Amino acid sequence: MENTNTPVTTRRKFINYCLGTSLGATLVATFYPIFKFLVPPPITESTEASVVAAKVSELKPNSGKIFKFGSKPGILVKTPSGEIRAFSATCTHLDCTVQYKEEAQHIWCACHNGRYDLMGKNVAGPPPRPLEQYTVNVRGDEIIVSKG
Amino acid sequence: MNLSAITTWVNDRAGLEPLRALAHKKTVPLHRHSVWYYFGGMTLFLFAIQVGTGILLLLYYRPSAENAFESVQFIMTEVRFGWLVRSIHSWSANLMIATMFVHMFSAYLMKAYRPPRELTWVSGTLLLFIVLGFGFSGYLLPWNKLAFFATKVGTDIAGVVPGIGTFLLRFLRGGDEVTGATLTRFYGFHVAVLPALVTAILFVHLYFVQQRGMSVPPSLAGKPLQTMKFVPNFFLRDLMGWLLALGALAALAALFPWELGEKADAFASAPAGIKPEWFFVFMFQTLKYLPAKIGAVDGEVLGILAFGGGGLFWLLVPFLDRQSAQGKSSRWFTLIGILILLYIVGMTIVGYAE
Repeated sequence: MENTNTPVTTRRKFINYCLGTSLGATLVATFYPIFKFLVPPPITESTEASVVAAKVSELKPNSGKIFKFGSKPGILVKTPSGEIRAFSATCTHLDCTVQYKEEAQHIWCACHNGRYDLMGKNVAGPPPRPLEQYTVNVRGDEIIVSKG
Repeated sequence: MNLSAITTWVNDRAGLEPLRALAHKKTVPLHRHSVWYYFGGMTLFLFAIQVGTGILLLLYYRPSAENAFESVQFIMTEVRFGWLVRSIHSWSANLMIATMFVHMFSAYLMKAYRPPRELTWVSGTLLLFIVLGFGFSGYLLPWNKLAFFATKVGTDIAGVVPGIGTFLLRFLRGGDEVTGATLTRFYGFHVAVLPALVTAILFVHLYFVQQRGMSVPPSLAGKPLQTMKFVPNFFLRDLMGWLLALGALAALAALFPWELGEKADAFASAPAGIKPEWFFVFMFQTLKYLPAKIGAVDGEVLGILAFGGGGLFWLLVPFLDRQSAQGKSSRWFTLIGILILLYIVGMTIVGYAE
């Protein structure tokens, strides 16, 4: 009995195996492209190393200005003593864009009340890290900001 | 052909008798807490208004960073009754979330989740998450400044989740930043993905409610209670509730038309006084109070994990509250529910008072 049964069971197993793997392969072939489709393709970051952020004449002491640094916002700050500094304007807490608070003389994020001093250091509120600082060069009337 | 002949003709073909029997089987227990039974139906009614007004808005709305704000402006200024339709859509969304919260907390405090209604609770909590998703995705669609930053913060929060954060953030944003790609995605979620999910789960939720009937609070369980037939008696009362909701909605939409704000600008600072929608304010306010570091971990990470844990707890309450399951009183879970409610209300008030 056992001998006659064995080939039948094996055949059934084989067919089940074929059906199972085909079904599995169909599912993978269906859902893998869907899953990959949902993940946005990487976009090459703009490699802009430096930009003209503003004119010296438009920045008064104790003021700030948001400028475009590639696809991201940066902030120029002219301290009360007249020194110009530039930072990334993206708050290190949850990605909002910061602004310069003239009356308090610090950089402020309106979203969760985070504060940075004029060196970009996080001094109050929830931000965990300082703002990334950029290099500032003044050429004639142009303020040139570059990374690093 | 009179009406009954038509009914018989349809019935002979469609076989609607079981449905009729199902509708007539349902009764509603009458007691001093029965008033809370109205809020589920009211939420459903407001949801129906969302579907109707949402379809109307679709006819004019254009989902791109260049056109979205202008198309909503067009709806509000040029399209006849456009301001009203959009205002009703926004107000109804908010009222729906309010009635849903009332429905949910009343079900929680009356321990309606105890056996055999665990899955009614679980499906209801899933509906809560989906509705919050509707609120979050819909908020961005007018592409205004507040919505832009709310979406930046909200998606950045998703990015903090350990392990899958970066994937989640890019999946939600359709890239690394909040851009037109995010708007297109949120539009897809808002008008196709979430409606499909909500329809399926809503059906399951209503099926469970119909199968298991209305829950009676533990203090009244086992006592002889008067009941009322759902069709037509209680349903007519439900209709009165809907009429009230419609009245409130029409008054709010007409007297306080929903504002559009200023167009989003990726190169502007977040405006002072920025806030998310009111039902997220308690979380937003909590994140403000958390320090930059708690031990070695960023404060925001702990806060977000805590809220995630809270959501999971809420989903699994029927399986955690063993006392209620055994028909005993469960003071701890009542206390936890009241504390959560007080925390949400308190933090929301603080968020608006600041």
